[in-house]
Amino acid sequence: MTAPPDDCLARNEWICGAYLSSRREILVDAVLQHLQLTGAAVAVALLLAVPLAVAARRWRWAAGPVLGLTTILYTIPSLAMFSLLLPRYGLSAALVIAGLVLYSLTLLVRNILAGLRAVPEETRQAARGMGYGPLRLLLAVELPLALPAAMAGLRIATVSAVSLVTIGAIVGHGGLGNLIYSGMNTYFKAQVLTASVLCVVIAVAADLLLLGAGRLLTPWTRRRA
Amino acid sequence: MNTLSETWSWLTTAAHWSGPDGIGNRLGEHLYLTVVCLLISCLVALPVALVLGHLGKGGALAVNLSNIGRAVPTFAVLVLLLLTPLGTRGQWSTVIALVLFAVPPLLTNAYVGMREVDRDVVRAARGMGMTGRQLLLGVELPLALPLILTGVRIAAVQLVATATIAALAGGGGLGRIITAGFNLASTPQVVAGAVLVAAFALLVEGLFEAGRRLAPRRGRAAAP
Repeated sequence: MTAPPDDCLARNEWICGAYLSSRREILVDAVLQHLQLTGAAVAVALLLAVPLAVAARRWRWAAGPVLGLTTILYTIPSLAMFSLLLPRYGLSAALVIAGLVLYSLTLLVRNILAGLRAVPEETRQAARGMGYGPLRLLLAVELPLALPAAMAGLRIATVSAVSLVTIGAIVGHGGLGNLIYSGMNTYFKAQVLTASVLCVVIAVAADLLLLGAGRLLTPWTRRRA
Repeated sequence: MNTLSETWSWLTTAAHWSGPDGIGNRLGEHLYLTVVCLLISCLVALPVALVLGHLGKGGALAVNLSNIGRAVPTFAVLVLLLLTPLGTRGQWSTVIALVLFAVPPLLTNAYVGMREVDRDVVRAARGMGMTGRQLLLGVELPLALPLILTGVRIAAVQLVATATIAALAGGGGLGRIITAGFNLASTPQVVAGAVLVAAFALLVEGLFEAGRRLAPRRGRAAAP
């Protein structure tokens, strides 16, 4: 007769080294899925947000509907958003990504538009006087000057997306959220705490990474020594 | 659109509106949770923010709290609280999680609102011999009110959203209709629940917006 193992897994402790070593592959897979979902959603949102913001800047009539629609989307709670998209996408990773794109869109469009609007009129006129066409003005003057505000929006959108991916557990594509969900159903404390902490770590790491990238991309915002 | 008509027929079936799992009861639970937690969060956050803003201290904490709140997944906090001894005491874990997520926007907006009151106005009020208490209640609070109410609005919408996620962790509210729909593999019920939640959230947002537009424009009239 063998005695039941008396380790932290058997005692169901919150912090458990044995959990980390025995479930390493599950954790790595969950983190990778989490990163993929977040990355794909933010990338798609960025691709959609830039043209939307530019359109809202160029044509005054477009600004109201674009901002209004994205604000309404942002108000819809995440669980409801994923559920509303269910008939269209089914129980798939695309469902989670589509929901996250809709959330990130609001934050990105707002910030990029604010950045574009903050470009001084004198700068625009100077560029036009130097013979810049509309496209060159946008690409070489307006978008670079809007970059700091856009990066701020990108940081908020990314951090929010990392945290919202967990709700994707309802359709089985939640990255670390899957571990939290199954850990809740089995009262597995170590799994819930580990997955939660990893979520926060990913969010903070992504935020710092984007902060650094923003500094590299906009060297003119740093104060000269 | 097959799903649409099925969702509509689910919503218009009388049996789905009554009983403990019915829409009526879930809507009541959702409203109750939102209102109670909004009141608790306001009682916790606003006095602290007003005093800190008045004294001009603790700014870094008040402003960064919102950013930290964003990085922590709501769902994770709900489940973590559920697994503590609190989880066995009915709704307490849900209420605490909801309050935790409503406090940061309230605190940040109220603090920023208090600090953005024109310093010249504050100095003038001091010069007129106002005490700290008179200054706080008679000058700073009314001028900071628009931003404080923005915080209350964000917190209210956040509460509606979080109360939905609470259903994922076994709490009550409209989210239960969605989770029950997933368990029954009934897409019409899932979509119907989502429509109800979205409508509820938009209604709360709309009510605050309407209140803001109807409010007297004292602050704007005073601006140069």
